[in-house]
Amino acid sequence: MDAMLFGFLVLLFCQFLGELIVRYLDWPFPGPVVGMVLLLIGLIINGGVPQGVRQASEGLLTYLALLFVPAGVGLMVHYRLIAADGLVIATALVLSTAVTLLVTGVLLNKLAAKHIESADQANEEKGHG
Amino acid sequence: MDELNTLWVYLSASPIMSIMVTLAAFLIASRINRLAGGSAFLHPVIVAIALIVAFLMLIDMTYQQYFEGAQFIHFLLGPATVALAVPLYDHLERVKQMFWPLIIACISGIITAAVSTIAIVVGMGGSRETVLSLTPKSVTSPIAMGIAEKIGGYPSLTAGLVLVTGAIGCVIGPLLFKALKINDHSVQGFTMGLAAHGFGTAQSFTVSSVAGAFAGLAMGLTGMLSAFILPLVVRFLGV
Repeated sequence: MDAMLFGFLVLLFCQFLGELIVRYLDWPFPGPVVGMVLLLIGLIINGGVPQGVRQASEGLLTYLALLFVPAGVGLMVHYRLIAADGLVIATALVLSTAVTLLVTGVLLNKLAAKHIESADQANEEKGHG
Repeated sequence: MDELNTLWVYLSASPIMSIMVTLAAFLIASRINRLAGGSAFLHPVIVAIALIVAFLMLIDMTYQQYFEGAQFIHFLLGPATVALAVPLYDHLERVKQMFWPLIIACISGIITAAVSTIAIVVGMGGSRETVLSLTPKSVTSPIAMGIAEKIGGYPSLTAGLVLVTGAIGCVIGPLLFKALKINDHSVQGFTMGLAAHGFGTAQSFTVSSVAGAFAGLAMGLTGMLSAFILPLVVRFLGV
């Protein structure tokens, strides 16, 4: 129990540091994202994930979907904007998502194929050496 | 009657109502989704939002009143965003092995998503608020909301549109992979995580654990890099 509380405190402290840095340096990034980078750096330096931090993270990420709901209900405030730009929004969501999937999928498929080839070559060279 | 009225005023001002309604709606929505066989069209989050909006309109409660209480659930998005560092750390070895292909695909995908969205909305004559709220639509909600706030969109509108994007990606993605003969699970997963964030990640885990791991990785990377790239893209395009 103490470990989990400690883990939650670590998450909050990283977010707090992130908010401080963003406000102080006037960066255009969200504070929690900077907090995430800080935690990642901390985990790399620590060489592993402390038990409590893992417990707290898994606990939060298990219910991640639920945490989106209060903000999502805010859609009701924007019904005028949605009604006015409804067709534009729907078109942009469908087309842009399709194009993004296409570009990323095709590009990574090519780059990854190359990567697999070079990995094979590296293995062969090792074998010859 | 007066007493009942006072009681009602007291209860609706207390956070307990909003929190109960949110949890109950989410549980009911999860049950509905299971009954519908886990369809991407009936994602629990989207169904829960619809249920809560209907309920609030029924009892004549404003969003401000609702959020007064629901902010205690909303607050946890901050530490949850920080928590994404843990799965990212878990996949660090994979990231190192495929570092450049993943980074190049990720940055290309982020810029494609943002520029195509801006082009379509501006081209069709949408308002500036719509453009800026839609730009981070492929980014996982907690980060997308932060980005929307920073670039001048409406975080609450962004949050909703991000969720709809996720559901759309889950429908289009598998069809596209089949048509383009993209069979590698790591490529499929990464692509789904990039374009459809958490929804794509959840769906990829049903394909295989490799697809799921790469989707989670893409979601984290896209979120992190988008927070740095999108404000620059918006500034560069002068939206």
